[in-house]
Amino acid sequence: MLLERSALISRRGWLVFVSGFFEPVFYLVAMGQGLGSLVGALPGPDGAPISYAAFIAPGLLAASAMNGAVFDSTFNVFFKLKYAKLYDAMLATPLGPVDIALGEIGWALIRGGLYALGFLSVMAGFGLLTSPWALLALPAALVVAFAFAAVGMAATSFMRSWQDFDLVTLAILPMFLFSTTFFPLSVYPPVLQTVVQCLPLYHAVELMRGLTTGAVHVGMLGNLAYFAVMIVLGVAVASRRLDALLLR
Amino acid sequence: MAAIPTATRSAGRAPTPVGGVLLVVEHFWTWYRRNWRATAVSSILQPLLFLLAFGVGFGSLVGDSGATGGAPYLVWLAPALLAVSAVQSAAFESTYPVLSGFKWQRVYHAMAAGPITPGQVALGQLGWTTAKITGSGAVYIGVIAVFGGVARPTIVLSLLAAALTGAAVAALVTAFAATVESEGAAFNSLFRFVVVPMTLFSGTFFPVDRLPEWIRPVAWISPLWHGTELARDAALGIWRPLAVLGHVAVLAALLAVGTALSVRFFRRRLAL
Repeated sequence: MLLERSALISRRGWLVFVSGFFEPVFYLVAMGQGLGSLVGALPGPDGAPISYAAFIAPGLLAASAMNGAVFDSTFNVFFKLKYAKLYDAMLATPLGPVDIALGEIGWALIRGGLYALGFLSVMAGFGLLTSPWALLALPAALVVAFAFAAVGMAATSFMRSWQDFDLVTLAILPMFLFSTTFFPLSVYPPVLQTVVQCLPLYHAVELMRGLTTGAVHVGMLGNLAYFAVMIVLGVAVASRRLDALLLR
Repeated sequence: MAAIPTATRSAGRAPTPVGGVLLVVEHFWTWYRRNWRATAVSSILQPLLFLLAFGVGFGSLVGDSGATGGAPYLVWLAPALLAVSAVQSAAFESTYPVLSGFKWQRVYHAMAAGPITPGQVALGQLGWTTAKITGSGAVYIGVIAVFGGVARPTIVLSLLAAALTGAAVAALVTAFAATVESEGAAFNSLFRFVVVPMTLFSGTFFPVDRLPEWIRPVAWISPLWHGTELARDAALGIWRPLAVLGHVAVLAALLAVGTALSVRFFRRRLAL
């Protein structure tokens, strides 16, 4: 039900919907071409040198999965919760809080999945997919988006006003810039390397970079486990909080 | 029944044209003086993070490729980031806040109900935005200096370049915002298809000649490219009189067009 509603709405605002796909592509063209010419090749996940475009493309894919999921699950959900009173209306029907949480996350996933698919085709067009493992990048992107959407929703349920969204930016932007999206872990001093390795986006980038370049190894299960924990915690907290907020 | 005075003169005097504009600026300043902390994240922290990620982090990957004219990457990048942050905050300050002045808070209507003319409201809004981005720019230069991104004192001229670029963008975007009736797609598309590509393709992070041939004309029409060139030449102490003249002329022309359109659209929308 909730899915159908979201799909209906975005058919009206299709320009905004479609434009979300262009942003990572702009980044890929500009950064891949321009910055690439400044640095040349970089060591890939398995040590073999890869072009700079091949280096940042999976990073951008991971980052766009994160951005899309977080924006959908914070700004969007907050507006519906506080202003549109949409969920209150839904609870008057047989829908329960968990249905709402999963419905919103589900829609964020469909959207994120479409963006990821678009971006992967662009990567393929530029010849940046060098391994059949890249097919798994799409489901991986969905897992990443699921995790960020779940945690984002849980966070939104604690927000009081739009001022609190500065905190969202404060969490997202540094992650986007420092999670080895644009340059490898080795440029950091050791202490900072550990910090970076704790960030969720770092694990997403690792996962994507491994898959698109074909450097697949067992350690990637660890990256996946990180997201599994995020998902479980996020959904649990989000549905409990929605319960408290809506069924007063 | 008491006589109703026929002459409805108020005791005060109507402000002079400049005085009216300054009153509008003062309105925004009064608000800002109490609420500036909320803007610290977007105006200072955001450019600082970009400086760290690209100037310091990415910069460590960039060797002396000649692309930066021999300057360290951080020193080369810093004045461009100054211009970018001026343009981004100019664009943002001129979208939702302007629409809000017309639609939600209706402060423009309130101002224009008194002796202040719609034109003065428009100029006051632009004056305030420019003053604000210049102030943030000055703070940002201090931050850059702390991280070793300032090579010579001429970076003060970069601030002028950034302010001029920001003003030009603010004027154009304000004119656009004054024609927008509802939020939603219009501003989103502006950011997605104008502001973000402008940031990426205007020679901020790498020289424009590193782009494929067909995409370079995008830079020439971008106000940010002109601003970046000016700011960078100033910061690195390069003096090319003819180029400076050209860039300043383009930016001044955009500023003039944007201002004229803003005044016009404000008049149309506030004349009830």
